[in-house]
Amino acid sequence: MTIEMFSIIGAAIAVSFGAIGPALGEGRAVAAAMDAIARQPEAAGTLSRTLFVGLAMIETMAIYCLVIALLLLYANPFAG
Amino acid sequence: MMHESPIAADIWFHLGPVPISTAVVTTWAIICLLVLISWLGMRRPQVHPSRLQMMLEIVVEAIATQIEQVVGRNSQPYLPLLATLFLYLVFANLSAVVPGAKPPTGHVETPAALAAIVFLSVHYFGVRTQGLRSYLAHYTRPNLLLLPLNVLSEVTRTFSLMVRLFGNMMSHEFMLAIVAFLAGLLLPIPFLLLGVLIGLIQAYIFTILATVFVGAAVTGREN
Repeated sequence: MTIEMFSIIGAAIAVSFGAIGPALGEGRAVAAAMDAIARQPEAAGTLSRTLFVGLAMIETMAIYCLVIALLLLYANPFAG
Repeated sequence: MMHESPIAADIWFHLGPVPISTAVVTTWAIICLLVLISWLGMRRPQVHPSRLQMMLEIVVEAIATQIEQVVGRNSQPYLPLLATLFLYLVFANLSAVVPGAKPPTGHVETPAALAAIVFLSVHYFGVRTQGLRSYLAHYTRPNLLLLPLNVLSEVTRTFSLMVRLFGNMMSHEFMLAIVAFLAGLLLPIPFLLLGVLIGLIQAYIFTILATVFVGAAVTGREN
């Protein structure tokens, strides 16, 4: 197997496993926010703003995996 | 099927020795459009506003209210930067809908420039509001031991601000290309609609995060 094949496999693994954790975390966050909005609809503005910021923070982990995958595919330091 | 790298800039033409990328041209076009709209709306501002002036006022006031709610003080000093950021990002992300145009945020250099602007202006606002000593002191806030972590988080949050915008826009562009490759005619339309939603949400998230960073810097509390 060449470096390129390893890189493609590595990129696929990075994205697929890196998406699991943030997906679960974002699901929990949205569920909690829905619960809170259902209990207190008048706080929906503050809640959704905080939710967006929190989701962005959680999403960062998945984005780091995407960066690793992109580096492996397009800017691989080992493949000449 | 191998695309050109999304990390490298695609050069459209050379202006003398300076290479001009497509993203730069699109950005110029968006700047001209925004300036034109604002100039048309605010050429002769009136107490009984015209339609365009009314629309511009509603947009600016809505953004000002949002900023005020996050920062918790008068939004006037931060409004020019953050509102410009938001309006530019909305236009840039939605330029994917125009046939032939590519969103400049889908290449790494435009989000990097925007994130650098946010990074520098956060420190500018923080130092201007709190003074240099008290602003630098907030890096040692809970404990002096946390100084390296605070400095590190300063870098990583700017980096993730950049990569979030770039990653979302770029991956959507990729997805559209793949869908158009598989089935050319009607199938890409729902994905284009999804792209409008993603573009608006990413513009909102980028701006609200910049606002939160500025708010944390000027009030001296953690976000």
